[in-house]
Amino acid sequence: MPKETCYHCGADCNADKIVFDDKCFCCNGCKTVYEILNQNELSCYYDFEQAPGTVPTEIKGKYDYLDNPEIAEKLIEFNDGTTSVVNFYIPSIHCSSCIWVLENLDKLNPGVKNTLVNFPKKEVRITFKDSEVSLKKVVELITSIGYEPLISLEDAEGKKKKINRTLIYQVALAGFAFGNVMLLSFPEYFQVSEFWLDRFKPLFRFLMFAFSVPVVIYSARDYLISAYKGLKHGILNIDVPISLGILVLFFRSSYEVFTHTGQGYFDSLTGLVFFLLIGKVFQQKTYGFLSFERDYKSYFPIAITKVDINGNQTNIPLHQIKQGDRLLIRNEEIIPVDGVLINGNALLDYSFVTGESIPVSKKSGDKVFAGGKQMGGAIEVDVLQTVTQSYLTQLWSNDIFTKVPEKNIKNLTDTISKYFTIVILAIAFFAGLYWYFEDRSIAFNVVTAVLIIACPCALALSAPFALGNMLRIFGKKRFYLKNSEVIELISKVDTLVFDKTGTLTTNKEAEIHYEGTKLSPDELPLVKSLLRSSNHPLSRMLFKYIRSEKLIEPERFEEVLGKGIKGIFNKKEVRAGSAGFTGAKGVSGIDTYMYIKIDGELKGKFIFKNAYRTGLTDVFKKLAKKYRLAVVSGDNAGEKAQLENMLPKSSEILFNQKPEDKLQYIKKLQGQHHNVMMLGDGLNDAGALAQSNVGIAISENINVFSPASDGILDASRFKNLPDFLQLSGKTLQIVKLSFLLSFIYNIVGMVFAVSGSLSPIVAAILMPLSSISVVFFVTLSTNIISKKILY
Amino acid sequence: MNIIFVMIAVSLFLAIIFFIIFIRLVKKGQYDDVYTPSVRMLFDDELVKDKKEPKSINK
Repeated sequence: MPKETCYHCGADCNADKIVFDDKCFCCNGCKTVYEILNQNELSCYYDFEQAPGTVPTEIKGKYDYLDNPEIAEKLIEFNDGTTSVVNFYIPSIHCSSCIWVLENLDKLNPGVKNTLVNFPKKEVRITFKDSEVSLKKVVELITSIGYEPLISLEDAEGKKKKINRTLIYQVALAGFAFGNVMLLSFPEYFQVSEFWLDRFKPLFRFLMFAFSVPVVIYSARDYLISAYKGLKHGILNIDVPISLGILVLFFRSSYEVFTHTGQGYFDSLTGLVFFLLIGKVFQQKTYGFLSFERDYKSYFPIAITKVDINGNQTNIPLHQIKQGDRLLIRNEEIIPVDGVLINGNALLDYSFVTGESIPVSKKSGDKVFAGGKQMGGAIEVDVLQTVTQSYLTQLWSNDIFTKVPEKNIKNLTDTISKYFTIVILAIAFFAGLYWYFEDRSIAFNVVTAVLIIACPCALALSAPFALGNMLRIFGKKRFYLKNSEVIELISKVDTLVFDKTGTLTTNKEAEIHYEGTKLSPDELPLVKSLLRSSNHPLSRMLFKYIRSEKLIEPERFEEVLGKGIKGIFNKKEVRAGSAGFTGAKGVSGIDTYMYIKIDGELKGKFIFKNAYRTGLTDVFKKLAKKYRLAVVSGDNAGEKAQLENMLPKSSEILFNQKPEDKLQYIKKLQGQHHNVMMLGDGLNDAGALAQSNVGIAISENINVFSPASDGILDASRFKNLPDFLQLSGKTLQIVKLSFLLSFIYNIVGMVFAVSGSLSPIVAAILMPLSSISVVFFVTLSTNIISKKILY
Repeated sequence: MNIIFVMIAVSLFLAIIFFIIFIRLVKKGQYDDVYTPSVRMLFDDELVKDKKEPKSINK
């Protein structure tokens, strides 16, 4: 039977399919979006891409807090009394149809005046008239077509990042000057003595000087300042020889021009600065739609529903929660404070916060901790600690988050530059000494020529281009790093520490086995139909697992939270749940079981095992060859045997680790002089990720929250982890090789310089030639090795 | 050939004007997003409302 896919979102339509307007939809949500777009003549949405939509989420009551003017004010970017402008981050933007429908929002609601999408950042800026539509209606509108914004506590802080465009201005100026100076210097290359040439020489030379001045003062500013700072601290970083080269170039050329002794080397100067800045730009690749700095604030909501003594509900921003307040937490909402459960049945998912894989059941009077996601009906909680005082957020008061990381990590380029500078100065000194006695007139020329040609343009470009290119290649393979320096950090790692829940295991599938009497073709649809009405994650997993076309409506259905579900089909009672609920003899063990009882007869049980990621054993095998491995988990020790099977014998496996424990473990390893990489996925790993030398967050959906880290690895690419680590090491080797290449150019140039025959045209040829060939070599090599290893 | 003095002056003047305009546009934020305009360019303008025609014909 051919599999039909949903016209809107492309998912498989199984037995639940809905047919409307000759098209097939997987659910009511998708059909509704289609209806909305069709009625408003926006069906062009489907012309740009196949199945461009996403399933819309439940709206009812979810955005009531936006009516609160205090909260709305924090989100609105601009308001002049009649019109408001608001900026939202929408994770589900992923294609051109998304851009199209969002920019045509005014057709769905005339109160919206203008929408502008920023696709790389997945942001949308909506301008609307206050009198015609409210902020809440705008959010409900975009949610209803499947584009729900992500609004978290972080947005309430109102920290607007100012975009720093200085580098662009510097490159623009350097490029502008470079082009013009090259044109102006051309006539003098050929050293032809001609009347008109001689007449314009002074003018051209002066113009070259004029162009170079702003380049040295503005574009090259960062190098000069960095070199000065380095020298003050006694460090010889790569900016020292660069600045030396730039200054010598500038002053010697100015001297030549004003004493009419030569044309100067302004073309080399501007070209040098231009290439160096291009290298900086290339190295600075950022991913606008990701954030590497998320803490608990981006996980928590911005507002919460407070219930007062009379039962009235108000929406208050999170920072206004006081001890003793009573809060209403709905399904899929997060508890932002430590509190006591008053009303309702709580089924809390703490997997993100503590790493426990199975939701925790709490009843009235139990203490509940912040960070849990409610997976059932609405509950009421009395506040014990405010948001910043809760157990979870205390983690962030640890020093590791406030301490600015010292830049004592000397990268490869800076290490080489120390020796480089000393050698150059020595050569300049001895060459100058020699010529001082041989032919005094060219001694000055030779010394300055040595310093000019020694300018490590090629050297300084090797690392930015190699690392920048590898950063991009990684990004294409869904391994996003914060900046290119992380690659060098990765290559130094010798120990890998893994979190278990969510990192090594995935919530997407579970390994389910059945033990007992085989269920007949009549009984299977009964079980599946029963599971359909339950929200419990185990029920949902089992529902997907059981293959049955037929689905029957139960005559009665009841969910006993914490125990199981039961329903009546054709006067037969079907029960699914814990051993006590179904009258089975409980088995002691850590695996999760769901027993099935049909018509009073115990049929068997479904066993849920944690599904480890595919290829995990292979990954561990490959990694074990080079690295020390360890697993730290917030879960119980039920999986100990299985993990011991997969890991080498000497690996440490720790369970029941609180977030603070994980951080201390990393610290201990670092105290033993190990270079540690931590891989985690949730808030409970945040401390460890910050403490480790390299912290990588594993994410099933990169658009949704991931803790602050140095890099984000898409969960689907976990099996490529050894490849990424290997490539990082190889990239550093390529950088070293290209250093060698640039040294050869330096030596050739040095021969010219020392012999006194460094003419401006030779310098103008050597510098761009060396830079371009190094960039070419480095880009080609990184592309080749990444194709070999990753494809 | 003294005209070259004039030519250089004029071309420099033009070049500097373009440079200043470029800097101003970058400051305004026009080049912060260089990807979306490339997609936006390919969208059709206002949809032609010719749906009303066939309905009246079918009557």
